[in-house]
Amino acid sequence: MEKANKEDVNPQILEALLNAKTDFTVEDALENEMILNMGPQHPATHGVLRVLLRLDGETIIASVPELGYLHRGYEKMAENMSYHEFIPHTDRLDYLAPLSNNVAWVLAVEKLTGIEAPPRAQYIRMMVAELARVASHLVAIGALAMDVGALTVFLWTLREREKILDIWDIICGARFTNSYTRIGGVANDAQPEALAKVKWFIDQFEENLDEAERLINTNRIFIERLEGAGVISKEDAIDYGLTGPSLRGSGVEFDLRRATPYLFYNDIDFKIPVYTEGDSLARYFVRVDEARESIKIVRQVLDKMPEGETILNQPKKVLPHKTEIYSKMEELIHDFMIVNFGIHPPVGEVYSAIENPKGELGFYLVSKGEGRPWKCKIRSPSFINLQSLPHLIKGHMISDVVAIIGSLDPVMGEADK
Amino acid sequence: MGLESRLTSENFFTTKIDALIEWSRKNSVWPMPMGISCCAIEMMAVGDPKYDIARFGSEVMRFTPRQSDMMIVAGTVTYKMSYVVRKIYDQMPDPKWVIAMGACTSSGGMYRSYNVVQGIDQFLPVDVYLAGCPPRPDNLLNALIQIQEKIGRTKAKDFRDRPLPELQVIQNN
Amino acid sequence: MDIKELIPQKIKENLQAINFEPSEYRDELTLYFDKKDIFEVCKFLKNDPDLEFLLCEDITAIDWARRKNRFTVVYHIFSLKNKFRLRLKADVDEEECSIDTVSDIWRTANWQEREVFDMYGISFNHHPDLRRMYMPEDFEYHPLRKDFPLMGIPGSLPLPKKEE
Repeated sequence: MEKANKEDVNPQILEALLNAKTDFTVEDALENEMILNMGPQHPATHGVLRVLLRLDGETIIASVPELGYLHRGYEKMAENMSYHEFIPHTDRLDYLAPLSNNVAWVLAVEKLTGIEAPPRAQYIRMMVAELARVASHLVAIGALAMDVGALTVFLWTLREREKILDIWDIICGARFTNSYTRIGGVANDAQPEALAKVKWFIDQFEENLDEAERLINTNRIFIERLEGAGVISKEDAIDYGLTGPSLRGSGVEFDLRRATPYLFYNDIDFKIPVYTEGDSLARYFVRVDEARESIKIVRQVLDKMPEGETILNQPKKVLPHKTEIYSKMEELIHDFMIVNFGIHPPVGEVYSAIENPKGELGFYLVSKGEGRPWKCKIRSPSFINLQSLPHLIKGHMISDVVAIIGSLDPVMGEADK
Repeated sequence: MGLESRLTSENFFTTKIDALIEWSRKNSVWPMPMGISCCAIEMMAVGDPKYDIARFGSEVMRFTPRQSDMMIVAGTVTYKMSYVVRKIYDQMPDPKWVIAMGACTSSGGMYRSYNVVQGIDQFLPVDVYLAGCPPRPDNLLNALIQIQEKIGRTKAKDFRDRPLPELQVIQNN
Repeated sequence: MDIKELIPQKIKENLQAINFEPSEYRDELTLYFDKKDIFEVCKFLKNDPDLEFLLCEDITAIDWARRKNRFTVVYHIFSLKNKFRLRLKADVDEEECSIDTVSDIWRTANWQEREVFDMYGISFNHHPDLRRMYMPEDFEYHPLRKDFPLMGIPGSLPLPKKEE
């Protein structure tokens, strides 16, 4: 962090910072305001986020976040590649829970095309998405604790996450950024040893999570640092467009798995944790409770999983199986057409959203009947959650900024698209 | 710098001091993690109990450039971010090494678009390139071992008489 | 009554002067408006006690690459009470590339409209802070327009110089 002179900062963002609305006045006759640059490279900003702060002493009067340091041009690339080719790119959006984004994209394309995956594939998708939610919340809890000062919790939660990455290694073939789902199902079946390993994991996860939690839940420093930091009320939260654990920490019971159900979430019994205080501590508790609820969901999914095939048998829209491509003629031709020219969904548009660990991840697809989308918009939750950051940190000190960003849990790969 | 400018001749005494300096330098390479996107998560995984990086001497991941030897650029570098990466590289003291982790830093990776720099060697000198998207943590440890071998092959006289680099004033964007 | 029929009926009752066209595809309702009526319609939809569209999920634009009415601005809004999602559309011409802002109604529209401005060049009247979002401030082009190439315009984004 370094002090920035007025000449170093770009003129438009400087003007926005000086004109930013602030209803916070400081009784100090000396008028010593300072502009501090909490730059893109910072150990605690969860990625490349730049925040310009206008300070009086150590209290923040106004602030302006600046994004765009990781803007990779996803939406432009999506207009130039087919629906199947975009699946590995969706992994890198929210890179802490890559399978969740895969599921979201594939559900959007299937809705546009009008096909539906077989039941076993949908149960596998649910199991894998809930494990991704647990993995993402483990990193969020660990990073928040590390930013506040408790380093041991980070190492313990990463140890649990390594076990989940081992499970994904067996099922999907890759540890991380696995493009596992396909349009019409999943890439390969879940092997029995993988399912046994999932069962072993969920049996021993709860007590490990309890052990890591015991270090910080009743720790006086942790609670006093987070309590009351970054309070947002219920109406403000909805007005700013917050979704996900940040919204449920302010008292609004809104979860897309219950409001607009997708996959088979209607048949599963789980609770939605809601806390009403609206500060960083409430958001932290929501995440810990959600990790426990996800384990309950995975247990029920393992009991209910039916037998059957894992990819739909519709050759014009779905990639055929490899063994059939090498032996039969029509499948070879269909594979060639789909890989080179893409599936051709009908003319129309669709918006489909799922509950990502960070909030609501939505894809808006417009199709003109070709193999590539005419327009693809990614509604990313971290981008919209970050908009409330100036409102949350007004009036606090610099050391609270780190805790508040940690409790909002933004991921810059998603926010910058 | 200091001691090395005096080690001009090659006799028994100076080669032993050379060996001591190289041994201590290569076994305590302190990395500066420039974690930008997904590869940063695998870099965090290198520090966790399963793939420990502390046993190679890189115990402290200093997030400040003034106290580190090696910069690991992990993640996609865009044109807006390239100024920041260059500024941090200039702030590191000599001798320094750079690992380009992953496909995005080596050549632009899977992002062939208007805002991604197609390879960071367009503005930074790179020592080791890593393949993978993201590379497994074992792969990153392999790169660290290669850097250690590269340091082991240098001698003290390689760093003598080097002109101090002029730090150009780079404006923030 | 089904919410999909309730919304057009309520709009016809309360705002008689506004013409619109509803359409439905894959179970989603879309209403097509004129660009000068958007502010009133959004205000009505948010404040009405039965409908209560409090959450503005997404604002984006489509570039059709045709002569007349080149862009279409698309709004997605969600009602927490009825758990229903609605899509509103308005055409914008390339000659007068501007439309009213809705950031006075929903505060979340602030950054989303800035992103549309950055990517497409559509400016928003009465927006409190219209700057670029992702690209650097002195960038001259709008990347998501169909006439901007995928690899960019060479020379528009400079790199720092390389020294050994």
